Amino acid sequence: MRFIPWLLVAALASVPLWMTDYYYLHVLIVTGIFIIAAMSLNLLLGYTGQLSLGHVAFFGIGAYTSALISLGFKVHIAPDTVVGLSPKPVWFAMLCAVFVTGIVGYGIGKLSFRVRGAYFVIVSLSFVSVVQLIALNWVELTQGAMALNSIPPLTLGFGEYTISFLRKPQFFYLMLSAAVLSYIIIARLVNSRAGRAMIALRENESLATSLGIDVTRYLVLATVVSAAIAGLAGALYTHYIRIVDPNIFLFIYTVTMIIMVVTGGKGTLAGPIVGGVVFGVVPEVLRAMKIAPEMQWIVYGVLMIAIVYFLPQGIVPAVRRAFASHRSVFAGSSTLIEKAEEQ
Amino acid sequence: MTSQDDIVLSIEHVAVRFGGLLAIADMTFSVREGEIVGLIGPNGAGKTTAFNVFTGFLRATSGTVRYRSTILNGLKPHEISRLGLVRTFQRTSVFQDNTVFGNVMIGLHTRGRSSLWDTLLGTRRERESEQELMNAAQEILQFVGLEHRATTLAANLAYGEQRLLGLALALAAKPSMLLLDEPVSGMNAAETARFVTLVEKIRDAGTTILLVEHDMQMVMKVSDRVVVLNYGRIIAEGPPAQIQNDPEVIRAYLGQRKKRA
Amino acid sequence: MRLPVFAPFQFNALERRDLSEFLQHLLNAVILGGTYALLGIGLTLIFGIMRVVNFTHGELYAFGAYCMYALVMRLGVNFYLSLLLAMALGALLGAFIELVLLSRLRRADIDTTMLVMIGAWIIMQNTEQWIWSGVALSVKNPFPANPLVFGPASVSWLRVYVFVVALLLIAGTYLLINRTKLGKAMRATFQDPDTAALMGVRIGRINTATFAIGSSLAAAAGALLGPVFVVQPAMGDLAAAKAFAVVILGGLGSVPGATVGGFILAFAEELGAGYISSGYRDAMGFVLIILILLIRPTGLFARKERIG
Repeated sequence: MRFIPWLLVAALASVPLWMTDYYYLHVLIVTGIFIIAAMSLNLLLGYTGQLSLGHVAFFGIGAYTSALISLGFKVHIAPDTVVGLSPKPVWFAMLCAVFVTGIVGYGIGKLSFRVRGAYFVIVSLSFVSVVQLIALNWVELTQGAMALNSIPPLTLGFGEYTISFLRKPQFFYLMLSAAVLSYIIIARLVNSRAGRAMIALRENESLATSLGIDVTRYLVLATVVSAAIAGLAGALYTHYIRIVDPNIFLFIYTVTMIIMVVTGGKGTLAGPIVGGVVFGVVPEVLRAMKIAPEMQWIVYGVLMIAIVYFLPQGIVPAVRRAFASHRSVFAGSSTLIEKAEEQ
Repeated sequence: MTSQDDIVLSIEHVAVRFGGLLAIADMTFSVREGEIVGLIGPNGAGKTTAFNVFTGFLRATSGTVRYRSTILNGLKPHEISRLGLVRTFQRTSVFQDNTVFGNVMIGLHTRGRSSLWDTLLGTRRERESEQELMNAAQEILQFVGLEHRATTLAANLAYGEQRLLGLALALAAKPSMLLLDEPVSGMNAAETARFVTLVEKIRDAGTTILLVEHDMQMVMKVSDRVVVLNYGRIIAEGPPAQIQNDPEVIRAYLGQRKKRA
Repeated sequence: MRLPVFAPFQFNALERRDLSEFLQHLLNAVILGGTYALLGIGLTLIFGIMRVVNFTHGELYAFGAYCMYALVMRLGVNFYLSLLLAMALGALLGAFIELVLLSRLRRADIDTTMLVMIGAWIIMQNTEQWIWSGVALSVKNPFPANPLVFGPASVSWLRVYVFVVALLLIAGTYLLINRTKLGKAMRATFQDPDTAALMGVRIGRINTATFAIGSSLAAAAGALLGPVFVVQPAMGDLAAAKAFAVVILGGLGSVPGATVGGFILAFAEELGAGYISSGYRDAMGFVLIILILLIRPTGLFARKERIG
């Protein structure tokens, strides 16, 4: 059982070798990037139990930061004072994006977790809206609605040993590496003492604090890691699509991530991946059936409600329950997935 | 003669007011090292409120709570727990969706010694720390007698077992003083007797204990000293025999249904 | 320009323009405040009594506006009657949502309910988009085109109508809550649903009624503002965001709070847009939310609400 995740990775690694239709490769890449973002949301929503509706803000901040640092920028912060940066290598820009988003996550975490429940949800929504409006109106920095374009692709290496991650097959491997790295970070975190603390906070906050668990510390930790990974996803997105505009902050993207996490199974490691695959595939099926975009969204909404009613825990736990009755076949070793469930 | 150094928990003129309601009027008493003190009183006297104040879930309107020499007023629950003062809860006392073993692992949180980097990089210190915690969890489960239920989900435990798990959780947090909130409520006679033995073993190992209970027989049997709370005030204090015959105490309980033996 | 002889008793040209601008902003804010209050009251009732974060509120607002369009422009119904019909239809839609979706979730935690509401939001907005397409529609109104002039400031008849109706509806809601049996039951449920149930209050019915009333107020706000601005599928999103801001300002569950909050938000927007930057007008609401939640999380008027 332990090797199943690695087999999956190997199988995925082989995809660019036989998938010749670049359109489907593109779909896989974009789905993969969203899955990374969904995994990061799962850390906050699934494991720590905080319904943050502002997650796409981290995605977008990561995207804009990486774009701006790789393109360079110049802004007037006062009538006579100019602050600027010359274009930097893309790998550096991406690292900065992760770092900056993590710091923003820290600040937001410290401020937002003074409130809980519905208030927290509303704060998270407001945060995204403010960020979107800044992206739209601070034209000098972000070009507003005119978008930042011609964003350079990632290149790594020296002299003749340079790889450019411009074309789809190369980018697919970049995305896959980032996804595996994110998965490992999250898996290690949730299976550790810190992860147990987050789960405890989700289940029973009073009991957790009475056992010495510092609520704020772990909520903020979850937010920082979650934000940083979302920022990574955003940076990937921006150097793939190579255009970024304020539409990246649309609520519909947060909804997509939430659907992926919730339908896949929040609080499980495999959940966002399963949910991501389902919601990467569904639009394609609908598109092939020539259904209007509005209908696609209506189907999403119906699916979301149906899953909340019929499979309230999500797909992965339901599947696992079905297999539990056939325990003997899979008895013995436990996978990363099961270990997290046990704790 | 007892000296001031002996005192572990000291409550001085604590009052708690919610809007117009005076939950605790003026409470003063102390608990000494190695004692088992029982806090009793009619329903609504303010016992759970008192516990909430001692452990930081409620702010006292006035008065001071001291643990050894540290003032507890204004500290957060997790800070107080780390000082060594740990409580159990009357209801929702366990993590329902975790296994018994998983519950105790959570309780052992403060004993872990690896940092975030150890976790992310998967260092040896992380593995060793986790192993230590798992060993400690095993020991605690054996101590309370739940090791045979280690893989059961907490929600599926019998009621008496859940209370035991609640105790195991508190023990995991390495307390030097335990506050037990109605620990045997809902237990039958055999379970209660086993619990009393456990409590005595815990005290013998060096932990001071303050407990709130309605089961008079149990309290009188296990406590070194009993403190009686009524209408937010301490009305009597002393060894169990003395309290049982105290006219004020009897008057306070008149009209209350006699608790089952 | 030469100043008249009695200069000390008159403002100079620049100051006079500043004053009239300010008065105009004030007037706009007062009028806008009424509708924001309407939106906020509906939402705060639903949150206070049902503890549901109603993400469909914006869609009910849009629904009200689309009703006006359909009734007035397509079916030729009388302008004033259309408002009443839009409110009635809004109430029906609200009741429907509550009965079909929410009633099964009464025991569920707040996260599950929110997710269902988000799903309903997606369905409603895209249905509207599908039926009417994204084109901005306008609704004709029966008022004279010339504005009313109050000294240095002016306001259109339509906006006066909007303001008056909003005030009437707010007053009506107050009467409903404080003077009727239904209102009494609603207030009891708000204080403590379990005790209210023990006293014989049919919580299920109260929930349905509350959601219907809240939705009908949102629809009213949409029906009133639809003719003022334009009608388009995404209009609900911004309205919902502002409704949330109003509710947070006033405190979740406080009707007087939502009323005052509505005006505060309108003033913040008008003055912010006028004197800082119009692009950030819509940000005012969010900034206010964040500020209030950080400084005084329970809002200006709320009863004891738990935080943290």
